[in-house]
Amino acid sequence: MNKRTIFSKPGIWLRRVFARSEAWLCWLQGGGHSHRASMEDHELEQQAFVKRATVVFLLAALLILGLLARFVDLQLFKHDVYSTRSDENRIQVQPIPPDRGLIYDRHGVLLADNRPIRTLSIVVERVTDLDAAIGELGSFIDIADGEIAEFKRRIEQPRRPYEPIELKVNLSEEEVARIRVDGHRWPGVKVGEENLRYYPLASLMVHAVGSVRRINEDDLLTLDPVRYSGTKFVGRFGVEQFYERLLHGEVGYQHVEIDVRGRVVPRDDSDHRDDPLLANKEPAVAGQNLTLHLDSRLQTAAYAALGERRGAVVALDPRSGGILALVSNPGYDPNPFITGIPQEEYRLLAASPDAPLFNRATRGTYAPGSTFKPVVALAGLTEGVTDWERTIIDSGEFRLPGQSRVYRDWSWAPTNSGGQGIVDLRKAIFRSSNVYFYQLGTRIGIDALGEFASQFGFGISTALDVDASEGVLPTRVWKKGAEGEDWYLGDTVNMSIGQGHLLVTPLQLATSAMVIANRGRWVQPRLLLASDASLSGFESPSPPSAVNGPTEQDWELLIDAMEDVVHRGNQGFRENGTAWWFVGRDIGYRMAGKSGSAQVVEIAQGEEYDEEALDERQRKHAWFIAFAPADDPRIAVSVLVENGGGGSEVAAPVAKEVIDAYLLPQFARL
Amino acid sequence: MANDFVRQLPFPGGTRARLAGIPVDVLLGVSILAIIVFGLVVHSRDTETFQSHLLRVAAGLVALVVAAWIEPRRYLAWAPAIYGSTVGLLVLVILVGTTAKGSQRWIDLPGLPQFQPSELAKVAIPLMLAWYFHDRRLPPRFTDLAIALAIIVVPVLLVVQQPDLGTGMLVAASGLAVIVLAGVSWRWMLAALVSGVAAMPILWLSLHDYQRERILTLFNPEKDPLGAGWTIIQSTTAIGSGGLIGKGIGDGTQSRLDFLPESSTDFIIAVIGEELGFAGILLLVLLYLVVLARGLHLATLASSRFGRLLAGGLMLTFFAHVFVNIAMVCGLIPVVGVPLPLVSYGGTSALSILVACGIVMSIHSHRIRRR
Repeated sequence: MNKRTIFSKPGIWLRRVFARSEAWLCWLQGGGHSHRASMEDHELEQQAFVKRATVVFLLAALLILGLLARFVDLQLFKHDVYSTRSDENRIQVQPIPPDRGLIYDRHGVLLADNRPIRTLSIVVERVTDLDAAIGELGSFIDIADGEIAEFKRRIEQPRRPYEPIELKVNLSEEEVARIRVDGHRWPGVKVGEENLRYYPLASLMVHAVGSVRRINEDDLLTLDPVRYSGTKFVGRFGVEQFYERLLHGEVGYQHVEIDVRGRVVPRDDSDHRDDPLLANKEPAVAGQNLTLHLDSRLQTAAYAALGERRGAVVALDPRSGGILALVSNPGYDPNPFITGIPQEEYRLLAASPDAPLFNRATRGTYAPGSTFKPVVALAGLTEGVTDWERTIIDSGEFRLPGQSRVYRDWSWAPTNSGGQGIVDLRKAIFRSSNVYFYQLGTRIGIDALGEFASQFGFGISTALDVDASEGVLPTRVWKKGAEGEDWYLGDTVNMSIGQGHLLVTPLQLATSAMVIANRGRWVQPRLLLASDASLSGFESPSPPSAVNGPTEQDWELLIDAMEDVVHRGNQGFRENGTAWWFVGRDIGYRMAGKSGSAQVVEIAQGEEYDEEALDERQRKHAWFIAFAPADDPRIAVSVLVENGGGGSEVAAPVAKEVIDAYLLPQFARL
Repeated sequence: MANDFVRQLPFPGGTRARLAGIPVDVLLGVSILAIIVFGLVVHSRDTETFQSHLLRVAAGLVALVVAAWIEPRRYLAWAPAIYGSTVGLLVLVILVGTTAKGSQRWIDLPGLPQFQPSELAKVAIPLMLAWYFHDRRLPPRFTDLAIALAIIVVPVLLVVQQPDLGTGMLVAASGLAVIVLAGVSWRWMLAALVSGVAAMPILWLSLHDYQRERILTLFNPEKDPLGAGWTIIQSTTAIGSGGLIGKGIGDGTQSRLDFLPESSTDFIIAVIGEELGFAGILLLVLLYLVVLARGLHLATLASSRFGRLLAGGLMLTFFAHVFVNIAMVCGLIPVVGVPLPLVSYGGTSALSILVACGIVMSIHSHRIRRR
């Protein structure tokens, strides 16, 4: 073939350029280039090429062998290592939260339930543009501005990383369907079904049963991170908190497959259902169901009896110590706190002067007023400084020797002579004579009085499973420590009618009524009636043993006097029981009671100074303690009406309504 | 005569150069098809990719046949023009190229699909060098060598400028392959190698930060397991977890759950390792060796020096891609953007490789039989 014919024109041109440059290069090298034997011969050149090609091919094969050695190393020798690593990539241990134990009242009424709810949540760490994602979601389902604000607030708060944050709770079926269809468009967006705590009786039971709250950063410091790995709520108040360990249950595990973005691959969607690794599962163990002594019917009656008034009612079963009713009014609905309460609504609740979030029955401390007198009476009898025959003349005024200060009877008024006349211990109780108890208190002395009163549960928290305040049972040492002052005799005078430094909770007063009802025999107040399993680990410090000192006769006479408070009527001026007019004229059973009207000190949780509410808030707290039937008590009650005024007039009718509801056949459960 | 000896070999290449009149080589064609089918099987896990890949490969096969039909003398005649326009396109890329993943590699010409001129260079450079050497004295003298190196360096620098160091090195390799086949003495090559090693520190300083990062990552991927080390950790994990026979087509968890990036393009060998295991890797690698062996054999049978050098150079370029890709995925060399020939999803790469194979076949089937 003629080479000339196969060259195109640009080829020739370029070759000329090269030829010239070659000549130039030759010159540059000084022409000393050694010319080897040319290989013009085609056969020779081809042989040389075959040699080269062979060598190059062998080199290539060697490189391939090197690669294969790498694969042998990775795939055969280290297969186990990488197999594990690949499974670690995709298999995630997902905790299965246990179902929280249910809580029932004594008749099987459900007090705390678990309700399945569909929620839309976002794993914030896996969303690049959060606002855009929320905006897009908003075109599919209704998302309120408040929900977005709440969501953003929760993002800002300290939380577990990669924990899905709920954007919308309680999705409708239709909304779920819409999200599911387009779900793949938003990595990190999840529709989940979960059981949320639900309290069917809402505000009625909130202070008795307590409630759960979402786990926060502080909780994370104390909670077992493994046990709570799938749990979002923890008991924060009441029974929910106290029996958290029983109610929570044991967390389970399952292995799920995730992709690189952390989305769980639904097992139904994939063809990999037979994957043995995904079969690894340990079911959760549900928490124990609890049955409480509470009687929701009685609780309802107590609520109704209090009506709109702020206050508390505690009812105990003297035979078992079981807490039958525990009311703090006003209450609040705990359910929005679980699904997410709007910030504004919460602020209203927290700032309300009626303090609905505050549990008065167990945490509120008040002066007991005259409801403390039965205890003082027994203390006097035990100390031998009085007896049932001894009388005094109650002129309505009392002075300590050498002091000008006058301590007055409750009946004192500038217009009348005041006083209860000739008063023995029985009358001192049913007429609630202050002067008698002023004298008696000074005779007993603070040390003996305090020691005796502690046997009734004052100054300590005796309830088995209620996180209650201990109140204050003052002593000399206490006063020195709390106020830096010595104990004066005047303090004893005040304390002997339940005023001054003494502070008690409604639960403590109900307990003291129960101890009197039991004639000094102690049972520990408790909420828990029964649980699925044993209660190991919940042993509380042993309660006081039986009250020491009073004779059997003392108990009976005291109770007779307390019956007179309710039943002694039509006896003329200063001879009727203080509560007779209000509750004793139409009553179908024998009730023993004692009224009290406590001077307002302050509400314990520190209420705000409110000019408009001032007058009302300065009125006395109305107290009444009672138990019935008097000779075989089946219920002991304490009633507090904050700023209610006179105990007999305001609190006693509430106590009667509560006891009626429990004892009278027309109210009995069919 | 050596040619008579070759003709007596049991290897059938010397006798059957055409298949039903079409100037393709049966053995080379079959092994290429086997690799393509292998790739399609792996792509079958994703219907969309599979169909698109099938379409591109089919177009590439048509291009192969066309390239095989064109006589070698035409390639010889067009070589300078092709080389010149490739260099021109590479300059154009820098001026008006499309940016993807941080570098300008693609170019949009009216009436043509988007393509990478750097892929074109891998054919154009061997073509140009074969043209240059075809009537020179061999083995090349120093002057010829210097000119040949200049032919290589110009487009390589343009590619490196994009910046695409990996492709630049492969473009260089395509030219060096021709020089090696042209018979440059081993001593020179050794000298070049030594000076290359000596130049390493200078090269290191001229690298981009991300390129240095890649190299450092190679030696210690665990240092940054979620960043630079991620890809290599995930690809070795995918390969290693495949074991002897793999997890099965479509069952590779590393690729199915997206732990492995670029699983249908540059890192597809990791998917093969995971889903088909060592057995699959071995089969594929052997197929590549058969293609190389057959291609080189066809080169030795070529009737002209131009044909020999061009066919041999193209086949070695092909092999360089295979080696660099596999070595990078299994963590032996730094990650560079090099697809696995005929298997990776991607249009320009498949086209240029199939055209190269077509040229090899053309050289063989149009050879002049000497008596």
